[in-house]
Amino acid sequence: MTVSTASPMPVPPGLVIAQQLPDLLLPAKVRRGVLGFLRNNPTVAIGGALLLCLVLVGIFAPYLGTVDPTALAPAKRTRPPSADFWFGTDALGRDIYSRVLYGARVSLTVGLSVALLASLAGLTIGLISGFVRWADSIIMRFMDGLMSIPPILLAVALMALTRGSVGNVILAITIAEIPRVSRLVRGVVLSLREQPYVDAAVASGTRTPMIILRHILPNTLAPMLVQATYVCASAMIVESILSFIGAGTPPTIPSWGNIMAEGRALWQVKPFIVFFPAAFLSATVLAVNLVGDGLRDALDPRMAKSL
Amino acid sequence: MVSYIFRRVLATLPVMAIVALLVFSLLYIAPGDPAAVIAGDQASPADVERIRQSLGLDRPLLVQFGSWVWHILHGDLGTSIFTNLPVTSLIVQRIEPTLSLMTITLVLTILVAVPLGVVAAWKAGSWIDRAIMAFAVSAFSLPVFVVGYVLAYVFALELEWLPVQGYTPLAEGLWPWLENLILPSVALACVYIALIARITRASMLEVLQQDYIRTARAKGLGQRNILFVHALKNAAVPIVTVIGIGVALLIGGAVVTESVFAIPGLGRLTIDAILRRDYPVIQGIVLMFSFLYTLVNLTVDVTYTLIDPRIRY
Repeated sequence: MTVSTASPMPVPPGLVIAQQLPDLLLPAKVRRGVLGFLRNNPTVAIGGALLLCLVLVGIFAPYLGTVDPTALAPAKRTRPPSADFWFGTDALGRDIYSRVLYGARVSLTVGLSVALLASLAGLTIGLISGFVRWADSIIMRFMDGLMSIPPILLAVALMALTRGSVGNVILAITIAEIPRVSRLVRGVVLSLREQPYVDAAVASGTRTPMIILRHILPNTLAPMLVQATYVCASAMIVESILSFIGAGTPPTIPSWGNIMAEGRALWQVKPFIVFFPAAFLSATVLAVNLVGDGLRDALDPRMAKSL
Repeated sequence: MVSYIFRRVLATLPVMAIVALLVFSLLYIAPGDPAAVIAGDQASPADVERIRQSLGLDRPLLVQFGSWVWHILHGDLGTSIFTNLPVTSLIVQRIEPTLSLMTITLVLTILVAVPLGVVAAWKAGSWIDRAIMAFAVSAFSLPVFVVGYVLAYVFALELEWLPVQGYTPLAEGLWPWLENLILPSVALACVYIALIARITRASMLEVLQQDYIRTARAKGLGQRNILFVHALKNAAVPIVTVIGIGVALLIGGAVVTESVFAIPGLGRLTIDAILRRDYPVIQGIVLMFSFLYTLVNLTVDVTYTLIDPRIRY
């Protein structure tokens, strides 16, 4: 970089113009669009790519060299991984590769549904709590109580009272996740209400629904999105735990937790039965968490430094 | 301070009442006839009726709730449908292994996670920091039973350093007790360590920017003194809060860890109760753990006043 000392103005004698220093900070490259966002946030890109692969695996499970994941083959029980059975077979002779691939559907469905439902419910409850003064203390005491029940146990208790089905698993985990989302939304709403632009909107006679729609909602979306990814990751873990301890997805449906539960008795001699679903589950949760961490850093630069 | 603690304890009572109400109402929130679900698909109408009566579902709602609360206040959590034993005594029989596992995990977590977080904050941006944070994200993504199986496979089956599974009561000696709990508590601690290390780092980074830290440096205090005495003490409140909140993870995780390592604790009791649809037992365990969790967080709140004299409500 060249340093220019030339000045456009004539310098009076006796005065020395300070040397123009080179720019210390390189100009920030502004990247636009989805690709630009991904290049600026490699964590989101890596997590997103991994997650996309797993979603595709779940969708196209029937075309990826799988057989019927529930087909029994008593003659081919507990075969170790081989060219015929990539991930081996379980205690009933079912092909673990097929079961694990189909299992991706259950995990992802549960994770995404819970994230969506808990966000919607949490948003509604949080908004009511933040705007309706008399309802706030009632709702929050109720949420305090709900939060005092460890989420897995709450889901276990709910599942013990209903017939096992994917829908009920989703519902049970959603109920356990709602308090956390509601608290987050309420917190954001309460702090936004103090903002001068909200005061200005109120002063200029904007109606409450419009204020919520124009000023509050858009500002809650970023923290909600980050929270939703964590809810999604947590829901997938809770689903697998529920299935693993026999309180989740019915055993007839291949889910990662169920495959592990069935491999539990044999794990010391046939560890591969537990290994493959465990690896897929961990990779999926990691992918979702990476997306969440990356989004948090991108959407809230203040947090990026500290967390 | 005494009046603050007293008020804080009083404020816990309504929360506990709401927890009790929620746990009680689960039976009614659930769709369908709970007695029929608990009895199972093969049950005769007489069986369903018997369960309905033993759960008290045939009585008016308010009477049920009243008598339920009355019994809880007298330490009676109901009677198991399957074994006909009082739930309270079932819980007491199984509580030692679970409390042992949770205590060791808690101690291990604090001993590992806080120094990790402090070092990460001190060396923020360096490769050490990045390595610790990468560990935290991965550990946070690994379900507890996955870690459990990997640890048991490597350290128990392959290396044969530690027992694969089982539990020995503390009464039979310290080492036999500890030996069986090392792998389960490491497995259980993983997620928890990740959580605490992250919050420690975040809280420390905030404090390290403060003026009094610069003053301490200018005074010529040693790095260790600054980090662990001046900074950590001021960063402690969020850390202690998250340690308290994280106990929920610990409770949920203990159920699963016990099943992986065949520890005969409350987790096993829960799983057996789920298999037999023994609802009073599940309800009792949920209520007991929720109260325990509330008490832990009450303790945390009271601890604040000891750590930070500025906090008064």
